[in-house]
Amino acid sequence: MQSSEILPHLFRNEYTKIVSVLCKHIGFENIEIAEEIASETFLTATETWGIKGNPEHPTAWLYAVAKNKAKNYLQRNSIFQTKILPELTKTQTESIEPEIDLSPENIYDSQLRMIFAICHPSVSSEAQVGLSLRILCGFGIEEIADAFLTNKETINKRLFRAKERLREEKIAIELPAPEEIEDRLDSVLSTIYLLFNEGYYSISQNKPLRKDLCIEAIRLCSMLVENQITNKPQVYALLALMCFHTSRFEARQDENGEQILYQDQDTNLWNYDLIRKGEIFLNKAASGTKLTKYHLEAGIAYWHTQKEDTKEKWENILQLYNRLLQLQYSPIAALNRTYALSKANGKKEAILEAEKLDLKENHFYFALLGELYIDIDRSKSEGYFRKALSLAKTSQAKISIQKKIDQFSK
Amino acid sequence: MDEYLILMRLDLITKDAQPSPEQMQVYMKMYQDWVGGIAAQNKFVGGTGLSTEGKVIKSGQIVTDGPFAETKESIAGFITIKAKNFEEAADIAKGCPILNGPGNSVEVRKIVGVDNTR
Repeated sequence: MQSSEILPHLFRNEYTKIVSVLCKHIGFENIEIAEEIASETFLTATETWGIKGNPEHPTAWLYAVAKNKAKNYLQRNSIFQTKILPELTKTQTESIEPEIDLSPENIYDSQLRMIFAICHPSVSSEAQVGLSLRILCGFGIEEIADAFLTNKETINKRLFRAKERLREEKIAIELPAPEEIEDRLDSVLSTIYLLFNEGYYSISQNKPLRKDLCIEAIRLCSMLVENQITNKPQVYALLALMCFHTSRFEARQDENGEQILYQDQDTNLWNYDLIRKGEIFLNKAASGTKLTKYHLEAGIAYWHTQKEDTKEKWENILQLYNRLLQLQYSPIAALNRTYALSKANGKKEAILEAEKLDLKENHFYFALLGELYIDIDRSKSEGYFRKALSLAKTSQAKISIQKKIDQFSK
Repeated sequence: MDEYLILMRLDLITKDAQPSPEQMQVYMKMYQDWVGGIAAQNKFVGGTGLSTEGKVIKSGQIVTDGPFAETKESIAGFITIKAKNFEEAADIAKGCPILNGPGNSVEVRKIVGVDNTR
């Protein structure tokens, strides 16, 4: 790899590790210093490698430079702490020789603590996702702005405010106490879930970035299952859910970025390795007594990895949606449940149920009615698809609905 | 939107009235599909099934094992829903699958604060 290629790659991976380890050492209140030391390390790398070429062990090189920079900073700081400050306040503070530990174990431990610090309930969920992308996944401000479909200034402000908040609240970089784990895990999991959904369901065209978001979400969740304190059933359930979804990533879009509907997907493009992993994680999620939305959604995603339209498949999906909606309502779940109902109990019953849904502004709602009426009343079906077309907001949605309408004139 | 309680009453005691495991599975599906339909309209608040055993405590601290007023009137479960008015709540309750069994009944009550019970 050329230095021009290797550096961005290393940046993504190593920047986050250096920041997490330094923060564990100097506290979240000094996160900007940690970020600065990490950034300076990469700046030094760019300059030096540009002249002398890549070192033999790039990562070790980066760690050595980061350690030195951190030590210099901390020593300067300790001179201030031990020599100048006592003169000013006439109190003695102990000098601590800084030891920056960049071993794999400490990196893992630091990142795991960091995720709990970032996902502290005092920070908004939007900011949690943004901070995670920056500090744990090494995304640039511009990439984060792209992911949120906004601009750099907004993201900068949002991240700044969130960091201020964590400083004010004096959030420690540590794992929560055992009795707090369940609660704190909730917000960590919902951040990972949002991160994943941002990658999986977003309509943006920037496909490589989308997939990166999904992979990072899986990596963060994998960190949680590797730890005895955090490997709870709901964590396995979320990981299973993401594996099942990601297994169909390549089959969901054609070369033009156009969405391919589930029933038209080429199953050869599905990643069966990920499906198998998902099954293992879903089994591990089955311990315990707490049924979470991740369990139910993972179950639904599992049945979608079974391509054949069996009675058993749709009956299971229907029951999972029945339970999911009782836990948490969402319009999309309500529509998907109605589709499953048509597959399990028949279209007539599904139409009756669909008409009870109050989703008259939603183009998916009319597309569903169009689909349900297709073999029952063709003119009604066409009318519903036209209504859906008039409500669709994205060009991709319009294209796929137009395709349905075109079939009526054949 | 107000909240309404739907109480489901059926015979939990008489041996002949109890469904076989296979029937039970069918009934559970019908029940889950009904509740799922309510939840899909964003009108489900909460609710659950209840065990067949029970204890009744009467004035004077007398405790007995579940003698219900009439066998037909044992409370099998309840759910709470959101509805615009009594009429809508009753319409939803009419779909309850236990009503397919003769003698069974559901009761709809509006949930009000302790201060407004009249």
